[in-house]
Amino acid sequence: MSLRARLVVERPAFRLDADLDVAAGEVIALLGPNGAGKTTALRALAGLTPLTAGSIELDGRPVHTLPAERRPVGVVFQDYLLFPHLSALENVAFGPRCHGVPRAEARRTAAALLERVGLAGHASAKPRQLSGGQAQRVALARALAVRPRLLLLDEPLAALDAHTRLEIRSGLRRHLADFDGATVLVTHDPLDAMVLADRLVVIEGGAVVQRGTSAEVARRPRTDYVARLVGLNLYRGTADGPEARVGDVVFSVTQRLHGPVFVAFSPAAVALYRSRPDGSPRNLWRGRIDGIERYGDNIRVHLEGPITASADVTPAAVADLDLSPGQEIWAAVKAAETHAYPA
Amino acid sequence: MRAPRVIRSAVRPKRLSRWTAAVPLALALAVGAAACGAAPTPAGPGSGSAPPAAGARTLTVFAAASLTGAFTELGRTFEAAHPGTTVRFNFGSSATLAQQIVQGAPADVFAAASPATMKTVTDASLAGEPAVFARNKLQIAVPAGNPAGIDELKDLADARVKVALCAAQVPCGAAAVKALDAAGLTVTPVTLEQDVKATLTKAALGEVDAALVYATDVLASGGKVRGIAFPEADEAINDYPVAALSGAPAGDLARRFVDLVLSQRGGDVLTRAGFEAP
Amino acid sequence: MTTSPTPVRGRARGPEPAGVPGRPPWPLLVPALAGIAFLVLPLAGLLVRAPWSTLPQRLAEPQVLQALRLSLVTATVATGVCLLLGVPLAWLLARTDFPGRRLLRALITVPLVLPPVVGGVALLLVLGRRGLVGQWLESAFGISLPFTTAGVVVAEAFVAMPFLVISVEGALRAADPRFEEAAATLGASRWTVFRRVTLPLIAPGVLAGAVLCWARALGEFGATITFAGNFPGSTQTMPLAVYLALETDPEAAVVLSLVLLAVSVLILAGLRERWVNRVGG
Repeated sequence: MSLRARLVVERPAFRLDADLDVAAGEVIALLGPNGAGKTTALRALAGLTPLTAGSIELDGRPVHTLPAERRPVGVVFQDYLLFPHLSALENVAFGPRCHGVPRAEARRTAAALLERVGLAGHASAKPRQLSGGQAQRVALARALAVRPRLLLLDEPLAALDAHTRLEIRSGLRRHLADFDGATVLVTHDPLDAMVLADRLVVIEGGAVVQRGTSAEVARRPRTDYVARLVGLNLYRGTADGPEARVGDVVFSVTQRLHGPVFVAFSPAAVALYRSRPDGSPRNLWRGRIDGIERYGDNIRVHLEGPITASADVTPAAVADLDLSPGQEIWAAVKAAETHAYPA
Repeated sequence: MRAPRVIRSAVRPKRLSRWTAAVPLALALAVGAAACGAAPTPAGPGSGSAPPAAGARTLTVFAAASLTGAFTELGRTFEAAHPGTTVRFNFGSSATLAQQIVQGAPADVFAAASPATMKTVTDASLAGEPAVFARNKLQIAVPAGNPAGIDELKDLADARVKVALCAAQVPCGAAAVKALDAAGLTVTPVTLEQDVKATLTKAALGEVDAALVYATDVLASGGKVRGIAFPEADEAINDYPVAALSGAPAGDLARRFVDLVLSQRGGDVLTRAGFEAP
Repeated sequence: MTTSPTPVRGRARGPEPAGVPGRPPWPLLVPALAGIAFLVLPLAGLLVRAPWSTLPQRLAEPQVLQALRLSLVTATVATGVCLLLGVPLAWLLARTDFPGRRLLRALITVPLVLPPVVGGVALLLVLGRRGLVGQWLESAFGISLPFTTAGVVVAEAFVAMPFLVISVEGALRAADPRFEEAAATLGASRWTVFRRVTLPLIAPGVLAGAVLCWARALGEFGATITFAGNFPGSTQTMPLAVYLALETDPEAAVVLSLVLLAVSVLILAGLRERWVNRVGG
């Protein structure tokens, strides 16, 4: 089982054009900022938004010509959309009933699925009696009940509070691992994407800007959005052997490359000095503090200057250096922690 | 439940201003009946006109709906003879008009289609001695082409003939019952209409094969129905009484209008409209 | 989102009215009380003028019960007809897009603004013996609607249907269409979606519309008497009986009105009780 799709959806002032390939049993996450076209892509896969062009094939069979109700696709919606007038069991049995399964058998299937998601005791509960986490699991059971070959999840954890989210996320991961079809998950949360998905597809402005495993994407972001998401400083520059030039700043890099490159380093790799440190002029620039904010146990300092960068320093360092917004400061980054890769 | 009432009251805002007619109003609101039952009220009584200026006077006449044509003409005649005077009419079902007068509607003259409805007003000591000024006789109205081939009253007793009569509660219905009794006929109508105009409409549209209406209505239909006179109609002649109302705001004008109605000139207008002289 | 008892969209239903607690402000309270007086006082007038001593005999008259029964039956059948035709019509207006939809919606409300007598004449011109359709109905099937109980139902349905359509269309527009999408992804055809998801979701709106529709049909006078005529037992409904009673016997009219009023209030209150309990439980 596998999904192979090219999705083109055109609307006034917006165009989605994205390729997706998902192997059977694989989970990919569509990651992107608001308005990037993630949900549009998901709706197009489900048949709820018509394609302007392109195609969707499941196991080599075109399905984009089929209406939503004839596609072998299961969807978990962002706010679950459990039918309020039906019990949890009836919600899950709804799909099988629509596929012509006799009533008793549909209810047996539904009961088994509810048990699998740990809600056997809530079969007769109406959706309004369920907690957010329970509703999410009923929605998953309902989507799986139609034995889909493609499972779509739209921000499956977004409606949950932080605590429930943690718990549901690990449960969801287990259920996705058990599912033998292709799974596409839409999220704007990198953590959800990295925990739940095998591969990430990053969409910005309706186009795929990066794809790869979460480790690859995290190490080598290719857009500012991804860099911010994974918490890296990212620049476009030009490499010439051991050096990469970003504007007026020259970085020593471990990789030997030529031509256009990305240069990335973690904010934690940046050190700040009141006066110019001795040594190599490389990896060093003078900037102005634009803002200071708390970041976990550390302090994040935003720098303006020849390049815009974030630096994570300890509260003690802030006190020692007597940092304040507007102040001029020297910043340096270790060559060993600076990554360059072809742009 | 409320919406229909609101809509009805919007149809007839003039009614709402007459709180003195509380009972009919309440009924109208409660059952949604009044808005469409009675004939249109071109100038509702007391519908907020300014008090007459010196020299300009208004005479308010409540008259049975069947008098609409003749009285409108007489009104113009009266206005021409009395410069500065405006005659306002409230045409409607005689029974409804009588109720309105009893409930205090400021009318000067009442012309009814039956002595019974006039009696409602005289019993309440609200009118002087009424005088009969016209008589109306029933005719058989048949739709254009007379599809059922009606010639005389006994044809109406045929079960295959669809007949519309006025309800017995209204004057034309009472007259129809009298005429049929006089002829010894049993007629089963398909409908008992709320007033003579509605009965006439059923015949004019061809929904019924025959209807018993007044000769004046046949004439007023302008050829949409054909009238067939029948001898038994003489047993059920309808007298039209008129009276100036006591306590009439325009008392002297009221008497002069009644005089006009009873005059030779008034008689001519009424005859042209199909009425017979008393 | 700290606690999450119900992430699913659904109105909280409870006995207490929602909103900010506190005393109602007088710019709302005074007109509201005036509104109550305006609506209730005429009813009080009926009660005061009712001939209570002769009430039992008057009620025992067979014509009264006959008219009452006919009113209840025709109003109920007319409501059924309106549901059958009006709900799909409302769905079409709310869920599909086609040229002339706005015009159609405007046309559907015509019976609301048309004086009912005119509506009755219009019905005669179409369904009457010489009407556009009626002519054909009579020659092909021998069906003639005027002066029949079926004609009463037609007249009542004509006048009352807009209430149902508007109410159901409103409910459809307020209902979240994404539930229908969710049902489609589960394999439900559009008909199944309508039957098993849309209809239950808008049930309160449909019921409210049906109640309005029934009440309007029950009070219908003008279109009924014009199109169906007035004959005791077959077409004389309570409002017609009331109107004719007014001609000769206003007291009888008051009694008839009270009967109509009492019966409709009883039925509506009973229906509401049952409905609220069902939805709330």
